[in-house]
Amino acid sequence: MAVRWLAALKTPVGAVSAGMLFMVLTMAVIAPILWSGQAEAINTKTILQGPSPEHLIGTDSLGRDLFYRLLVATGLSVKLALAATGIGVMAGLVLGTVPSLLGRRVGRLVTAFVNIAVAFPGLLLAMFFAVIFGVGQTGAVLAIGLATAPSFARLTQTLVATQSERDYIAAAKLAGVGRVRRLLRHILPNIAEPLVVTATIGAGGSLLAFAGLSFLGLGVQPPAYDWGRLLNEGLNDIYLHPMAALAPGLAVVIAGLAFNLFGEAVAKTLGTPMPISGKGAAPQRVPQPNAVEPSTAVEPSKAGADSNAVLTVRDLFVSFPGPAGPITPVRGVSFSLARGEAVGVVGESGSGKTQTALALAQLVEYPGNVSASRLEFLGQDQLSSPSRARRQLLGTSFAMVFQDPMKSLNPAMRIGAQLAEVAQRHQGMNRRQALARAADRLRAVRVPAPERRLRQYPHEFSGGMRQRAMIGMGIMGNPALIVADEPTTALDVTVQQQVLRLLSAIKEENHVAILLISHDLTLVGQVCERVLVMYAGRIVEDLPASDLAERAMHPYTRALLAAVPDMETDRDRPLAVVPGRPADPSQVPAGCAFASRCPKADDHCTREDPQLVQREDGHRVACWHPSRGTGSERVSVELKLHAAALQGEAS
Amino acid sequence: MSIATRFVADATDSPWTGFVARRIGRLIVSLWVLVTASFLMIHLIPGDPVRAALGSSAPSALVEARRQALGLNDPLWLQYIHYLQGLLGGNLGTSMTSDLPVAQVIGDRFPATFEIAGLAFLLAVLISVPVGALMGVLTRGGRRRRTELAFTSTSIVVAAIPEFLLAVGLVFFFAVQLGWFPVAGRSDASSYVLPVVSMALGSAAMLSRIVRVEMLSVLGTDYVRTARAKRLPDWMIYFRHALPNALTATLTIGGLMLSAMVAGTVLVENVFAWPGLGSTIVASILAKDYPVVQGVVLVYGVGVLLVNLLVDVALGMLDPRSTIKES
Repeated sequence: MAVRWLAALKTPVGAVSAGMLFMVLTMAVIAPILWSGQAEAINTKTILQGPSPEHLIGTDSLGRDLFYRLLVATGLSVKLALAATGIGVMAGLVLGTVPSLLGRRVGRLVTAFVNIAVAFPGLLLAMFFAVIFGVGQTGAVLAIGLATAPSFARLTQTLVATQSERDYIAAAKLAGVGRVRRLLRHILPNIAEPLVVTATIGAGGSLLAFAGLSFLGLGVQPPAYDWGRLLNEGLNDIYLHPMAALAPGLAVVIAGLAFNLFGEAVAKTLGTPMPISGKGAAPQRVPQPNAVEPSTAVEPSKAGADSNAVLTVRDLFVSFPGPAGPITPVRGVSFSLARGEAVGVVGESGSGKTQTALALAQLVEYPGNVSASRLEFLGQDQLSSPSRARRQLLGTSFAMVFQDPMKSLNPAMRIGAQLAEVAQRHQGMNRRQALARAADRLRAVRVPAPERRLRQYPHEFSGGMRQRAMIGMGIMGNPALIVADEPTTALDVTVQQQVLRLLSAIKEENHVAILLISHDLTLVGQVCERVLVMYAGRIVEDLPASDLAERAMHPYTRALLAAVPDMETDRDRPLAVVPGRPADPSQVPAGCAFASRCPKADDHCTREDPQLVQREDGHRVACWHPSRGTGSERVSVELKLHAAALQGEAS
Repeated sequence: MSIATRFVADATDSPWTGFVARRIGRLIVSLWVLVTASFLMIHLIPGDPVRAALGSSAPSALVEARRQALGLNDPLWLQYIHYLQGLLGGNLGTSMTSDLPVAQVIGDRFPATFEIAGLAFLLAVLISVPVGALMGVLTRGGRRRRTELAFTSTSIVVAAIPEFLLAVGLVFFFAVQLGWFPVAGRSDASSYVLPVVSMALGSAAMLSRIVRVEMLSVLGTDYVRTARAKRLPDWMIYFRHALPNALTATLTIGGLMLSAMVAGTVLVENVFAWPGLGSTIVASILAKDYPVVQGVVLVYGVGVLLVNLLVDVALGMLDPRSTIKES
């Protein structure tokens, strides 16, 4: 633990605050020993003097030197603050652990009491206790200690509760370890660290609170003095002698900050969650990576100049700054989408599917960097600076459906408002018209009772209904393209099929192109006419969906297919997987990225990266050793396309 | 749609009724604890509070008479019942020093405290929400690291200065040095400036940090990406989609801060000799005028509880999920 605490010293805030804290603590110990005499010497000739070389911050009404009084007061101020914190932590520990030791009923009572007490500000509690314990030093220590107890109790309760759910506690319970022993031997040592950190921060708070009480005259009583007392005495003469009030105030702030910042710095290093702490270091912006060899060999299967194209992209790169140079999840993707065409993008996690989709939608966020030699949507160049007209086109014609419908809708807005704003913004409709359109669209995506649903919030929708609403939102305008990024992954199987059928129906009815991103080959085969297989940020194969089962050429595609279980898969054997691990986007190897996992790889593969070239009509492959033919080299496990069966299935 | 119409629309739904009922139930229990604590306060004081108040030299007959008048010789349960009866009738007892009814003392002093606490809260919100939201937008996704560092360190330091010390500093600079505002007392509008500012500044710094952090996390959510995918203009994304969600989380902590601000009046009033409840309670504690202390503690406590209730209700309106979560 000590070693981990030392790590906090390496951060600038940690080092500075540790230095401040060390000085404050040292002063607290040595100042009363060294300078008590000077601080308490009464000199009637030097009453209420301003700062001078003899008296650095002047003198008080008895002619005592305020600088020495300030230094000596460190001792009492820190001592009292630590004492109060100690009482607070002990009382908090007792209140916080009692619920786990005593029966449920007593525990609940204690918890309820703590919850009520926490609601009251500490100072109010401290004044309440100060009345009971009487005005003075002892009373104030007890008062501040007990006033901080509820928040420590709350923290302890939370920590104990989290630990109690851990497996090792369950194991100890099973092993017959009693409640008390479980708490003392197993739980407390594990929650000690966050408690000590919070206590450090709490000591800063106690110091300030003590200064407050003493300032009010309820804490330290003369002839004793702490910073609060000095402030109390100095404030009366602020016109004559401002330093007498300002100096102790400054001392309180510095000492308070020292405890506070040090505690927070340690908390940050230890990763203890604190109510308020800055975000972790965000990556720095790095220069855009050079576009790797503009591909000349790559010819999209549909000609780029095709006026029928909804979307055309060439040499798409997406990169993010990483700790060791840029990470490039998308490395030169080129394809185009025709009107009404459904294309699937498949690949393992990390293959760049989602980043490709986001880049096409121009939704890659800072610090991500997107570049392409060409990006056109409905014949409009998307690489120039954004204009209002382009926004409007994208807003009405380019729809996105995201993976997690639970998180993709604004929880604080009604569904109706979320749908209507598209039409209000981009289609010049007023609110009433837009809501009517929204109801119509919800009906189109088969949401029952759309008028009532419009007035509801997302949390009142089920997952499937939310995804329908998302699709409905996408067809508020007149989309030419729907990009659906794993639209069914978060849904259960029956709902998945409904959502897919809905997407297919929308495609048929409105002649909309669909780009369906998925890791599920079966699903893509069901909906799409063409499949793009991605590996390590590149398209490695582009083939008609009907060829998928029998004519896939790339070893990666074949491996993916082999991993799809079907009705004949032997359930007693482990499920097939693609052997090896996906390429790390921060360290893509030279040559073919798949080579290390590929059974056919040879020297050529590890040396030179294969380009995506046309092998057959409408079939592009990037591989030095593509499988050819159909008969003998058939895919070992056949992919079942259940489309026919599914169409027959009742909804 | 305004918050008000949203409230009316929601009030007819059943989750809201249950939610409000639960909150009122909790308020009643807390009130009972508060009243009982303020009653017990006098009885927990070691020794005889009347003797302590009148001093050790006071004749026993006077002490006895005063005890009789305060009902301290009755059995505890009877005193408790009398106390509760008194509270229901608006009778908080009689001051031991001025012989005025405590209710009257509080009534005289309450407006001054309410004014500065309310104004300070308003000022803190007016500063922190725009500043925090702006900083969140400017520094989203790790942009503008230097601005972020400057903002964060400034706000940490300002927030760490307790309001009464800030008050001393402000008095020195703006009242003593520049003479722009009076040093103390409650007179014209200019006398409000320093107390209100010194109470608001620390809270504003703390709150704006929270608003920024919440704004950052909301700007990273999927639903903000959805809003961007709808190609809404930036201001709509920030104000309509992000800010309300950022404020819900802020409100929870802001509420705690507001109740701390109620207590903060005690210290600030004493710096400025402000004739409010805060200076009254301190003077009464020092004078051992326990009935007044009891009454003021009760008023402060009720204030805190009401603030918490208001925050919960506001939270329920802003975030419909919070009403459901607990049912």
